[in-house]
Parts: sequence; C-alpha cells; structure tokens
Amino acid sequence: MISLLDHTATILLRQLQAGALSAVELAQAYMDQIDRCDGTVKAFLHIHADSVLEQAERIDRKRAAGQPVGRLAGLPVAVKDLLCQEGQLTTCASHMLGNFHPPYDATAIRKLKEADAVLLGRTNLDEFAMGGSTENSAFQKTTNPWDPQRIPGGSSGGSAACVAARMAPLAVGTDTGGSIRCPAALCGVTGLKPSYGRVSRFGLVAFASSLDQIGPIAQTAEDCALLLEVLAGHDPNDSTSVNRPVPAYSLAVRRPLVGLRLGLVREHFGEGLDGEVEQAVREAIRVYESLGATVAEVSLPHSRYAVATYYIIASCEASANLARYDGAHYGYRTKEPAMLDELKHQRKQLHEAGDSAGLEALDSALIRMYRCSRSEGFGLEVKRRVMLGTYALSAGYYDAYYLKALKVRRLIHRDFQEAFKGVDLIVGPVTPTPAYKLGEKADDPLAMYLFDLYTASTNLAGLPGIAVPCGFSTGRLPIGLHLQAPPFEDERLLRAATMFQQATDWHTAAP
Amino acid sequence: MAITRDEVEKVSLLARLLLKEPELEQMTGQLGAVLEYIALLDEVDTANVEPMAHPLDVVDAFRDDEVQPSLDRERALANAPNRDDECYRVPAVLGVT
Repeated sequence: MISLLDHTATILLRQLQAGALSAVELAQAYMDQIDRCDGTVKAFLHIHADSVLEQAERIDRKRAAGQPVGRLAGLPVAVKDLLCQEGQLTTCASHMLGNFHPPYDATAIRKLKEADAVLLGRTNLDEFAMGGSTENSAFQKTTNPWDPQRIPGGSSGGSAACVAARMAPLAVGTDTGGSIRCPAALCGVTGLKPSYGRVSRFGLVAFASSLDQIGPIAQTAEDCALLLEVLAGHDPNDSTSVNRPVPAYSLAVRRPLVGLRLGLVREHFGEGLDGEVEQAVREAIRVYESLGATVAEVSLPHSRYAVATYYIIASCEASANLARYDGAHYGYRTKEPAMLDELKHQRKQLHEAGDSAGLEALDSALIRMYRCSRSEGFGLEVKRRVMLGTYALSAGYYDAYYLKALKVRRLIHRDFQEAFKGVDLIVGPVTPTPAYKLGEKADDPLAMYLFDLYTASTNLAGLPGIAVPCGFSTGRLPIGLHLQAPPFEDERLLRAATMFQQATDWHTAAP
Repeated sequence: MAITRDEVEKVSLLARLLLKEPELEQMTGQLGAVLEYIALLDEVDTANVEPMAHPLDVVDAFRDDEVQPSLDRERALANAPNRDDECYRVPAVLGVT
C-alpha cells in the first residue's frame, strides 16, 4: 500500500479538499516522519514544533466552517532558512545571523501564509547559499537521503533532502547558480529555478541580486507548478519582479507539448561528464523522442566560460550585498572589551617602536569592530567569496575582472538566444556526476565551483531551468535531467517535465 | 602566483575582514587558484561587446513620493547587538587618540 507520505502534493491537496484527510492528520504524519528521519538526514535547522499543529487546526476549522481557504490550504511546506520570516529565527546557516529574528515576512513567506500552507520549518543550506554541498552550513551537515555518506547537493540541500526523505511534500529553495537544481538532481526530486523576475526576492537574504531566484522543490513538476503559482507575481517591493500575469501553471501542466523540439547541447556531453549520467540523460531524451519530440544538436560556444564568469559576477555582487553585516545593526558582534584591549596593545607596541607609519595605518576602533565581527561571524567560503568580489571590484582590477565577466555574460546570453531560434527547450545533465562523498571537495573550492558547470549559465541569462529525476547510478544514486527554456516560458518547462513524468516513474522512487 | 599575501591583506581591509595566520596563507593560495582559473576569460574576444549587468532590461523603477508606513524604531532596533533607547551603539569614533 502506498503510504500517505508518498503521495504528491497535488493528490494530498485533493484529499484535503474532499475532506478525506485533515490538515492536522497530514501535519502530524510529516512531524512523525521528521522524528524518524531527520536525526540522520539533518535537513531542518529549525522545526516550528510549537505552531505546526496550531496552523493545521486553524485551516481545518476554516474548511469545516465553509470559509474560503487558500490555494495550498493544509499542505505542509519547508522553507530554506534564507527567507525572512517575521519573528522566526532566520540564520542563513551563518553564525553571523545565529540570533536574527526578522521584523517582517519575505513576500514568498507572506504568499505561503495567505495560501494557508502549513509552515513546517526552516531547512539547512550552505552559509548564505554559497556552496554546492550544504557542507558550508555553520550549524550542521545535511546528508543525502539515498546515502548518508554523501552530500545532498547545495545550496538548497535541506529543502531537496526533506522532500526526498518524505519529510515535506513541498519545499522552497533558492537558485543563484544551480542551488535548486543541483540538490534536486542529487536527491532524486524535481526542482524549478523560475525565470529571473518571476518570483519576488523581497525578504530573501541577498547573495547575488542579478542571479538569485526563489523556486519550488517537490516530487513532481506538477507539484512545482502548484507552488510556483502561489509564489510568482509582481511585487512593488521588488522592482526586478516583472509585471506580467501569472499563468495557471497547475492547470496547464498536464497538457502535453505537441511538436516539441529539444536542443542537445554539444558542449555539455564532453570531458568531465560521468558515463552513467550521460547514459541516463540520453535515455531520457529517447523517452521524449518516443513521445513525438524531435532532437537537434545545438551549440553554446561560450559554455566553458560560464563557471568563471559566474564566480566573478556572483562574488562581486556578494561582496556588496554582504557589506551590510557590520556588527552594528543586527547580527553577530565581536566581544568588544577584548577587541579594544588588543587594539590598545597594538597601538602601544607601535608607539614604543616609533613606528609612525604603522600607527597611521592602525584600524580605528570602529573599523576593527567591523573587521572582527565579520571575520568571526562569517565562515571560510563566505570570506573567500567576499575577498574575491572585493578584489575583482577594486581599483585597477575592475575592468579586467568584473567588466570582462559582464561582457562574457552577454555572449553567453546570445548563445542561448541563438540556440532557441531552432529549439523549444535545451536539454542536458544537471550535474557532471551523482552525489559525491561528504568532505570529498571540502578543501578544493575550485572543484566545488566546477560542479555548477551546466547550471550557472541559466542564471547568467535569466532563464528558467528544471531538474527532473531520470535514473540511477549503479550505486543507486539519483541522476537528474536538466531542461532550460527561454525567459518566462516556465509553463513550457513544467509541461515538458510533466510529459516526461507521465511516461516514467523515476520521480516516484523513495530512498 | 596570481595574488600575493600582501595584496590579500590589503583586500581584507577593503572587505572589512581581519585575516590572521594561517588563514591568510590559506586564503592567498585558494584565491590564487581561483584567479588562475578565471584567467580563462582572457581568451574570449570581447571587443565591441556590451556588458550585461542584469538579465532583465530594467529601468529605474520609481514610485510616487508619498509617505508610507515604515518599520518603527523599536522593531528596527530589536536585533541590535548593542543599543540604547533610540540608537545603535558602536565604539567611539571621535576623540580617540
């Protein structure tokens, strides 16, 4: 018998609407599953244990009284701990925000509340979403539900892992260079990075503002459509959220695409791609052909520059965005007496040595407070990116790094425009290999960066992209299929993914 | 090496970070490796290519200049690591010798 937790969100919602299931029963089932599994998976940083049942009861009462309910009424949702939730600890998996309680809700959170979703808890991530394995969390390492020795991917590792382990039917992630799609692929679930501008970023703690986008993670593309429908839309508080209507994604999603033309990226099937991943992706493309799609090879000639371009731009934007953590307004502050003592001691030493240049260069107390607070509050990867971005933006290097990267970004964008002249979707692998072992790339930031090889260019160009389960390695690790569409063709992407999921059952496998 | 230890130290001040050994040495090596990789972009001909800072053709978005409610002081100060009744408190900036 299929367990309650194996049902998709779409089916659960239907049962809730029919009165066959109460929100309280459902919430309790997920809380029990969290109790059973999260000791090993460690997907959640914080569970709203005191309010989950209360939220569910409120929705059941509304339904029972015949009051209108929201679009997701009674469905539990887990949220990446990067979106501000009023009064709830919002840490970004950083010691910097270890005790931060936002004074307002992110627009995405407000929309979930208005849709009567049951907010389950906050999921783990790489600190400030910087990383591809969730190992950069300051608090805990999430494991892959398919193999506890392996990473879940990142940075939305907690969100993908909790859906894979059936601890939530729906989760919210964010994607700056692959942070929804990579963990979804490695955990065997479906994850959508919407078009840039589709979902408001208001209240999303900023990493790289021209790349960040909030999106859904779920078992199926149909469930992603349901959640996107709630999250999407213009928001006056985010001037980069576009003012165009939100299609009824969840209604459109089951309509197959007739005459679908897929473009296979020549450059994505070369060196570095694991053989089993390639085989699974090619098999998935044959499934599409059997459904009537045609496949053509396309070229993205600048794709080998995507990772370098991405890391310059993302780090530059990060160094500016993270300047707000100053130890003064909110967040971590260094222990002041010890900091002032040390400064005094240094001043005395320089004075005694007659080092006037050294005295001149010595930090003021305020600058030293900033520097100590930030150095103690940020983890290593965050510091690396802030340093890289600061360097690339500094006098004398701006043209060589930042401006150069922006120009290559234009060329990457043009490659996609050119490719989409002949095809409807671009298809390929999400990640070069299945999930690797915890710690395997921990000392090699560059190796970690190169894992975003196939996903970073989506963000640079502002396209929507989706990861769909399409097979397993011989070691029973999930493999993901990557589909990309032109900007604001999110509906096309979801329909194409649903076509595939109606013809295959990879997405139904549970660890 | 693509970047020296002294440059890393200088950048750490610009970034308002304070790196001490062995972190400084490690950062120098790791940033150097990333910069060497990034040099890959040198081979791309970008003459006459317009930089692309943003995926959308966004223009400045203005709203009417009307007073709207803002965060009240108590809520704005609620997360401050050091504060008094109306201000954030920081180490003295003036009058320090």
